[in-house]
Amino acid sequence: MDPSRYYSLLLALVFAVAAGLVGSFAFMKRMLLASDVISHLALPGLGIAFLLKIDPVAGGAATLLLGAFLIWRLQLHTGLSSDTTIGVVFAASLAIGAAITPSEDLLEALFGASHKLSLSGFVLGLTVAAFVIFSIVRLKSQLVLSIFSPELAAATGVKVSRLDLYFLFFFSLTVLLGLRFTGALLGSALLIVPAATAHQLTTKMSQFAAVSCLVSVFSVAAGWSLNSLVFRSTTPSPTIIIVSTVLFGLSLLKRA
Amino acid sequence: MPNSVLSVSNLCVSFGSRTVIHGLSFKLEQGDCLAVIGPNGSGKSVLLKALLHLLPSPSEIRGEIHWSESARLGYVPQRVAPDRQLPLRVKDLLEAKVRFLQLSATDVERVASETGLTGELLDTRLGILSGGQFQKVLIAFALLGDPNVLMFDEPTASLDELTEERIYESLHSLQKDRGLTVILVSHDLSVVYRYADMVLCLSKVRLCMGPPREILTPQLLEELYSAPAKYYKHVQQHLDH
Repeated sequence: MDPSRYYSLLLALVFAVAAGLVGSFAFMKRMLLASDVISHLALPGLGIAFLLKIDPVAGGAATLLLGAFLIWRLQLHTGLSSDTTIGVVFAASLAIGAAITPSEDLLEALFGASHKLSLSGFVLGLTVAAFVIFSIVRLKSQLVLSIFSPELAAATGVKVSRLDLYFLFFFSLTVLLGLRFTGALLGSALLIVPAATAHQLTTKMSQFAAVSCLVSVFSVAAGWSLNSLVFRSTTPSPTIIIVSTVLFGLSLLKRA
Repeated sequence: MPNSVLSVSNLCVSFGSRTVIHGLSFKLEQGDCLAVIGPNGSGKSVLLKALLHLLPSPSEIRGEIHWSESARLGYVPQRVAPDRQLPLRVKDLLEAKVRFLQLSATDVERVASETGLTGELLDTRLGILSGGQFQKVLIAFALLGDPNVLMFDEPTASLDELTEERIYESLHSLQKDRGLTVILVSHDLSVVYRYADMVLCLSKVRLCMGPPREILTPQLLEELYSAPAKYYKHVQQHLDH
């Protein structure tokens, strides 16, 4: 395997750690489905990037972060529920993305691809992943307080609205990290499924995030290998997600 | 003259065109226990949230709320409904507050022993606690950070009488031991009679404040509640026994 393929795989594994960690808090905040929708916000940006022949991740990043900010502002100033605001922005993103993405690039935009990764892209990805992991660990106590009760958290001194924005931002960054090989449709699957699996396997907060990360890393490693050796598809993400859902299925046996 | 812990002056709270609290003024000294009573919708919970600066953004607050510089606030809300599936134990929650406020790690053990939280309870998931256990956890949570003012918003709503009795007894001894200032919202007039030094009555028709036996007259209760005279007698009988 040439070095650029190693970079892609290594970055995918680091992304898996960030996804497992962020996913465990998204699970506790009961925003996993909402989060799934947020990853679709990258679609218009991917479409524009394909049209302009620029790096798809840059395009996806622009519209995903813009969309996430728009959702936060709409919730804050209109009083609409998060379901409503996310639903409206999601529908608009999907429609715009599907309309402008060239048909030959649509599959990659939706499901990603295992492109070669440059050293600079790899270093940038690692930096973003380290930033996300460090920030979530640092904000862990505030997140726990606001998950338990936003009102009590605010009474304790947590700036809850700002914390929500930060979490949305870190969530979006994590989706962006994986966007290159997961695409917009499966962008948040690795945040959802490993966290759900971890919840079946543990009841302790300290173990919950760790198990979620482990399941996520195993899914990427096993899915990537299976795809390279057996399916040889240009998009490894479907195999990765299938592995993670099989693990979820197995975890159900523990509680059966 | 002692310095006031809290001084509220001409407080008005509105939500759009609806004014919930209109022109409220009062003062509290260290160690006072103030009970806030009034019918549903009279603004009791709104007052506590205004004092804690927790009201949502569409609300409008006018007037002045001044806490003394030494005031450290603890708050037990009316209702917290955590997700039953949360993988959070009692200890995880208390430790999160300790870490956020950079308190001593031994504070969790200290408040656990003060509030009767056993080691087994500390290791229990929040989602499976009974109502009484959950209230104890909320009180322990409020006590972290060594507050000298505690605010309770109907802390025993939905609990059985025996559990309610135990919780108020433990609150009362905490107040006496630590010299805490307490602001207590309650519908239970026997609790108000027993524990409060002062009563603040909120209603759309009038605002009044004073010692329980002077303020809680059958006439005033008739203005506040629907079956007052009967209720007043019941409370008196209960207290006489």
